[in-house]
Amino acid sequence: MRRSQVPFAVLCAILGVGLVLPLLTGASPFNFWLEVLLGGLMAGVLYSLIALGFVLIFKASGVFNFAQGAMVLFAALAVARMAERMPLWAAILLAVLIMVALAYVIERLVLRPLVNQEGVTLLMATLGLTYFIDGFGQTVWGSDIYRINLGISREPVMVMEGLIEGGILINRDDVAAAIVAMLLVATLALFFQKTATGRALRAVADDHQAAQSIGIPLNRIWVIVWAVAGVVAIVAGVIWGARLGVQFSISLVALKALPVVILGGFTSVPGAIIGGLIIGAGEKMAEVFLGPPLVKMFDLAGGGIENWFAYMLALLFLLVRPEGLFGERHIDRV
Amino acid sequence: MLYRENGQFKTSYRADQQILPIVQDRVLMIALVVAAFVVVPFVASDYLFLSLLIPFLILALAAIGLNLLVGYCGQISIGHAAFMAVGAYAAYNLALRIPQLNFLVVLILAGLIAAAVGMLFGIPSLRIKGLYLAVATLAAQFFMDWVFARVKWFTNYSHSGSVSTAPVELFGWRLDTPQEKYVFLLAVLIVFTILAKNLVRGHIGRAWMATRDMDVAAEVIGIRPMYAKLSAFAVSAFYCGVAGALWGFIHLGSWEPLAFNLFLSLNLLFMIIIGGMGSILGSYFGAAFIVILPIVLNQLPHWLGVPMSTAMISHLEFMIFGALIIFFLIVEPHGLARLWAIGKEKLRLWPFPH
Amino acid sequence: MATPAEAVRAPAGRPEPASAPQRRIGEVIMAVEGVSLAFGGVRALAEVSFDVREREVRAIIGPNGAGKSSMLNVINGVYHPDRGTIRILHGGQWREYHDMKPHDAASMGVARTFQNIALFKGMTVLENIMTGRALRMRSSLLAQALRIGPAEREEIEHREKVERIIDFLEIQAHRKTPVGRLPYGLQKRVDLGRALAAEPRILLLDEPMAGMNLEEKQDMCRFILDANDQLGTTIVLIEHDMGVVMDISDRVVVLDYGRKIADGSPDEVRANQAVIDAYLGASH
Repeated sequence: MRRSQVPFAVLCAILGVGLVLPLLTGASPFNFWLEVLLGGLMAGVLYSLIALGFVLIFKASGVFNFAQGAMVLFAALAVARMAERMPLWAAILLAVLIMVALAYVIERLVLRPLVNQEGVTLLMATLGLTYFIDGFGQTVWGSDIYRINLGISREPVMVMEGLIEGGILINRDDVAAAIVAMLLVATLALFFQKTATGRALRAVADDHQAAQSIGIPLNRIWVIVWAVAGVVAIVAGVIWGARLGVQFSISLVALKALPVVILGGFTSVPGAIIGGLIIGAGEKMAEVFLGPPLVKMFDLAGGGIENWFAYMLALLFLLVRPEGLFGERHIDRV
Repeated sequence: MLYRENGQFKTSYRADQQILPIVQDRVLMIALVVAAFVVVPFVASDYLFLSLLIPFLILALAAIGLNLLVGYCGQISIGHAAFMAVGAYAAYNLALRIPQLNFLVVLILAGLIAAAVGMLFGIPSLRIKGLYLAVATLAAQFFMDWVFARVKWFTNYSHSGSVSTAPVELFGWRLDTPQEKYVFLLAVLIVFTILAKNLVRGHIGRAWMATRDMDVAAEVIGIRPMYAKLSAFAVSAFYCGVAGALWGFIHLGSWEPLAFNLFLSLNLLFMIIIGGMGSILGSYFGAAFIVILPIVLNQLPHWLGVPMSTAMISHLEFMIFGALIIFFLIVEPHGLARLWAIGKEKLRLWPFPH
Repeated sequence: MATPAEAVRAPAGRPEPASAPQRRIGEVIMAVEGVSLAFGGVRALAEVSFDVREREVRAIIGPNGAGKSSMLNVINGVYHPDRGTIRILHGGQWREYHDMKPHDAASMGVARTFQNIALFKGMTVLENIMTGRALRMRSSLLAQALRIGPAEREEIEHREKVERIIDFLEIQAHRKTPVGRLPYGLQKRVDLGRALAAEPRILLLDEPMAGMNLEEKQDMCRFILDANDQLGTTIVLIEHDMGVVMDISDRVVVLDYGRKIADGSPDEVRANQAVIDAYLGASH
């Protein structure tokens, strides 16, 4: 059954036009537009980090891990609280151990008993897991707002004053975050392509039973995957926590990673990155440039477009290109 | 040997198809309903009504609605509180701008408006399923959250964004006391439960279940997937819209835009998972469970003699919710309703072992 | 040892006139023309054409992977062919389709059973067969909710029809059992019942006897032949048991690697060299 690519092309065209519209209409000077765009892209990097965890778990076990955001919060809390008593690097190492233990427990108590259930059941189990990890994390580590100090100055820096009129303000920790994210993605990509474990993970993602039949130990693979996702969660949590402070709302903001995965494709690591960038940039641009005209046109009480833009974009993508930019098409056989 | 079908022969299809074919079930149900109407109003305290019975009844209605979509038709939705919001705000605006309308009419209209919105957000289900659909329903949740917080017309340009309603009046009868509210809700709930039961045992119910079990085969038989799915979204949203209106008008009295947030949506989902998906009775069980649990947890430190902060209690609540969801999904995916059915099976044999 | 079909066809007192099939079989009511279908690089069907006459029993046979199930799926509208059309005589008029929806096929009187059963596991036997009446149930949502006169009457009317099918298939004892609990042979019977409930003109059967023992096969043969005899249903079936195919079919189509290699009466096909080669695996 062939599906026309036209609606998708139309959507991309509309988004592209919307992106540059503020420049074309002269509503905004170039440097401001660029600043907003860059700010959005940086935020997008954070979403990507969380989405990476999703993709990893989905690739290897077909499970859609709703609890990824909770894991990020948990990891961030762990690091923040432990860093109060020990150097940061030690806290992070301990956090890695904790996430590995968590992965093991999850595999044993949740995944293994539910191994043959359909996707929706597993989705709901991860919903339950979200609640549990949220509650557990806050019981153990506390529920105030905590700081993580990465040693990077939080002061924005003005660059490119010579090239662009007015220069652009960027944050140093945003740049650091972007660099870390790129390193992480490169490492993961290498891991999947070059190592035996990585290949085993891809085999498991393709077909559980076939992988089992050639001797790949499913349970151990799943522990590994969830542990790796846990480590990714630590990275995301530390960066996010350094930027925003470690608090419960991280768990909710992490929900935004879902639209990212839809845009990028559930099984694609580069998709998670690009999807995150698109969502991050799109959100910010919509909030800053689309918001005020909407407020004026409909007499709204304030902006807040950020709250739903990502999801609506994901919805549109689901209608015209459900497999995302880089995901695989499903063929249903009867 | 109380619970036996011996001697209960059905001589017509009509008798075989009724809602409660076994005499003992019918007797029990009638006794329950009578007790609920006649005994409870005199026996229960105001606190029991306000914090337990009234929320339970309204949430059971919403749970039935969600169950029709998720449990019977197999379409997942994690943003259903959005339709409760639509119902609540629709009812508010109708009551405000057309004050002559009878409250029952307001309820029905609010439900119909919610049904229309439900159908709109149900359109993605024609193309996508499972987790993809879950994300689409999140879009409904967050978008509706935003609409009711920002579009001032809906809240009648109130400064704080909150709205408040006057006590409900019905044919000259003012619902002031908790007992009156309870009786009204009970009547509404019984009517809506019967309607839901009728739908479920009719051909639309079978079409929903067929779509859930094997949608390709259902299409081959001639069940149109669009009709099945959109009707499920519409009816489900209708129920939630009415429930939302009742929640706002009768339970809360006044509410702010975030009263119908993601947390409520997830609660509804948990209700039907724990209570039993694909079971009307299960919706009741689940609603009761979710309403009672926080109250029990709040009393727990007092009973145990261990002091706990309210923050700690709410964290504990989260943990227990989460653990219970996982527990039910592993041990009894069909929820409390299935445990109830198993109990009845055992009762049939009682006092014999097998 | 008599094959299942023979045992059914020749009980005492039932003559077996050689000319009976000719009297019974009518004109062409469905034609498959030049249908080709490929999945990615895999060619499932290649330029297949054949026709089906009213009230006949048409078999589609071939080695595994020959494309038989795909052929049924195309007739049904579950798959859309890359090339070619399906023509169906409906309401006195020929209709041509290359991208028919399953719902259209159903409303033209085409019903089918599935190789892997595809019953609705969450419902009872009675409910499963009742779903087969879906196209004929007309009452509105509101009428069903209130269960007033017309809705109730409709339910009862269709229940009667379904009960007759349950009698026909001899599964009365199981009508309130959830289908998941039934043994495989009975599930296949329910699948047949659901297809029959639609009162189809053309019934597509995808390996109706797979995995059955001799007794179950005899019963299934009996049901299929009775449906063909008493209800006048045209049957198109895929089957691997050659004994059954040769005995109950009027005409046979043989597919191999997606291509039609023979088309004719059972005797003609049995003697065809290409068919023998295909089954014996001679390089071809």
